[in-house]
Amino acid sequence: MTVQILMPALSPTMTEGKIARWLKKEGDKIKAGQIIAEIETDKATMEVEAVDEGTLGKIIIPAGTENVKVNEIIAVLLEDGEKLEDVSIAKYAAPVSATPAPKPVSNVVSMPSAPVQPAASLAQPEKKHDKYIKQTVREALRDAMAEEMRRDQNVFLMGEEVAQYQGAYKVSQGLLDEFGDKRVIDTPITEMGFAGVGVGAAFGGLRPIVEFMTMNFAMQAIDQIINSAAKTLYMSGGQMGCPIVFRGPNGAASRVGAQHSQCYASWYAHVPGLKVVVPYDAEDAKGLMKSAIRDNNPVMFLEHEIMYGQSFDVPDDKDFILPIGKAKIMREGTDVTIVAFSRMVGHALAAAEALAAEGISAEVINLRSLRPLDTETIVNSVRKTNHVVSVEESWPFAGIGSEIAAVVMEQAFDDLDAPVVRVTGMDVPLPYAANLEKLALPQIDNIVEAVKRVRFRQAA
Amino acid sequence: MSRFSGQSKQTSHHTMSMQMAHKQNSDSNHPVRDRAVELQRYYRDMLLIRRFEEKAGQLYGMGLIGGFCHLYIGQEAVVVGVQAAQKEGDSVITSYRDHGHMLACGMESRGVMAELTGRSGGYSRGKGGSMHMFSREKAFYGGHGIVGAQVPLGAGLAFAHKYKNDGHVALTYFGDGAVNQGQVYEAFNMAALWKLPVVFIIENNKYSMGTSQARHAAGDLSKRGEAYGIPGIKVDGMNVIAVREAAEKAITYARSGQGPIILEMETYRYRGHSMSDPAKYRQKEEVEEMRAKHDPIETLRELMLKENILSEDGFKLIEREVKDIVTDAAEFAQSSPEPEAAELWTDILVD
Repeated sequence: MTVQILMPALSPTMTEGKIARWLKKEGDKIKAGQIIAEIETDKATMEVEAVDEGTLGKIIIPAGTENVKVNEIIAVLLEDGEKLEDVSIAKYAAPVSATPAPKPVSNVVSMPSAPVQPAASLAQPEKKHDKYIKQTVREALRDAMAEEMRRDQNVFLMGEEVAQYQGAYKVSQGLLDEFGDKRVIDTPITEMGFAGVGVGAAFGGLRPIVEFMTMNFAMQAIDQIINSAAKTLYMSGGQMGCPIVFRGPNGAASRVGAQHSQCYASWYAHVPGLKVVVPYDAEDAKGLMKSAIRDNNPVMFLEHEIMYGQSFDVPDDKDFILPIGKAKIMREGTDVTIVAFSRMVGHALAAAEALAAEGISAEVINLRSLRPLDTETIVNSVRKTNHVVSVEESWPFAGIGSEIAAVVMEQAFDDLDAPVVRVTGMDVPLPYAANLEKLALPQIDNIVEAVKRVRFRQAA
Repeated sequence: MSRFSGQSKQTSHHTMSMQMAHKQNSDSNHPVRDRAVELQRYYRDMLLIRRFEEKAGQLYGMGLIGGFCHLYIGQEAVVVGVQAAQKEGDSVITSYRDHGHMLACGMESRGVMAELTGRSGGYSRGKGGSMHMFSREKAFYGGHGIVGAQVPLGAGLAFAHKYKNDGHVALTYFGDGAVNQGQVYEAFNMAALWKLPVVFIIENNKYSMGTSQARHAAGDLSKRGEAYGIPGIKVDGMNVIAVREAAEKAITYARSGQGPIILEMETYRYRGHSMSDPAKYRQKEEVEEMRAKHDPIETLRELMLKENILSEDGFKLIEREVKDIVTDAAEFAQSSPEPEAAELWTDILVD
């Protein structure tokens, strides 16, 4: 059968080119892989290799021809025993397009609101427990990991100083003693490397918990988190999931300077394929960590150093667990919704208390999870209060507050009596000086002022 | 049976030869070898990769394959030789020049080619492309596009083998360009420290995209693990038998619990870095010389003829079989439908 040699494309953008020269002439025997011609575009010269073997029967497009369209037939190859006379060359006289690629499926209709995967509908009210114990956030995290490690042999913890040192912030205290060095592993200071080892181990069927001493150092590893952990399920058409928890303290500690004081919430929340969990208190820490470890997806678990030592009530129940994707209304109110996460929930509650003294009733939402984001709880609250203030420790630009503002605008515009007000960290690298650091981070007073501002606009 | 064969019929000889190859693979550590059978298999597997890649290049030229497409032509002996030394269940991970690895692992030509054309019959249902395919069934873990990133991932696969104590090793491939990435040494350090069962295979094709080894890498690549106590072996990567022998030693070493080992495969890619690379950074004579004197497929063919292992007619039969598989794959890759629009929203998270 005759084989048509087509003008090849050198790149995804090439549409035409020049046949610079033919290296074989009609009648020449050709083997697969041999270079038969050179073609040129404005960018490059490239060689055309034969794919099939046979005899070069006819050169349709002579050397020197410019503007030869991709897929135009440039020559005809004859197979063994075939003669040129047998082939009607006439039919090749005019350029014939090769089998065209099928048209792409029509694009999805553009959606007014970003089609972020919705949070699971988790409308049932939170269960009340019979008994609570006081625990620090640190202890709650440790207990959650220990309980899950007892439950599943494939769960292990790795990170810098997690084993013998008992954790740089003592979160993994006691785990080495109970589980041994096979399952509680000190790594070298090598974030990109051990993040990659963790992801590979998750591909291989384990359920790693990877601790970053602080999330600031995870920037060294962010390629592994996003390109390897978050995207592989999609790129593999669903074959290769990555059940892994990346955890560690996130955001500003105290007086540690700009490189050790960044909140990465919006960085990770930006990425499809990741879940991003932001616990506030010990109850969140315990219940959400257990869910994160059982989750079959990569989970970024953003803790807060300043919260580690604070004590809260935690249900005294071995089966206690909180779903990822469901926010918690910490305090009900009617005049304004304050949306916060992580340490800022505490600030929001303190602000609500101060506002109550002035006759303003604030509802405080603890987001608990940023991806998926519980937009339902936010929107339902806004329908009641008609005012929103978002609070976050991080920078304002493309922050979580920006996302909340967009969601509220898209889904509850008619319920808003005033534009959303964002309380954020200042748009500067975090300074060291105590007074400047305080100025750079959201304070309770800032939230109180923001609420007054958002209410004042309504009154005006 | 993989999920694609369910979607459309395989030609019977294709399926059969794949099964045969696997059966032989799992027997490859058997003390008594049938040299003739083995060499025929290497020849066939290398030729399949060569013809598959040529066809991929052709489909790319026709605009049926988009984006980046990195061909493996010239390097076939590396993956076929290593595969011959593996046991079923050993895991494999590599970079974006991955078509050859997938075929060698026993993944189906149809599924690979259909992924290249971005169709629903592809291994990733069209959502991964040339650089991102996976098969849990064949223990092939991708298919990774960031240079060097697969090296810690491979160490992680080895970590899982050791943790589960399943007796398997992780074959971790990367190019001479990747050896200068910092994370490679992070992985070397942990693999050596924890004695992970991993074989680091450097496919030194002499060019890091357009930059020659002399201009991008100081020292001897096989010795890059020396400071970590990782032994390294330099191997003629154009000779499939030499590759298999070195791989057997390395895999035995890693499997026995002694830790990681490096194989530096000296190989050569005939084509540019990717389809859009005219490869003007090297002399034409250099490529011609490699093709003429060191081609892994021709070299093996000559040996087999000399040893009377296979006649010209026998080679013709293999060539025909390979051609049929590749033709069938190309047809499948063009007839398989594009993914449904709804596929856009699947596989982002799993329950």
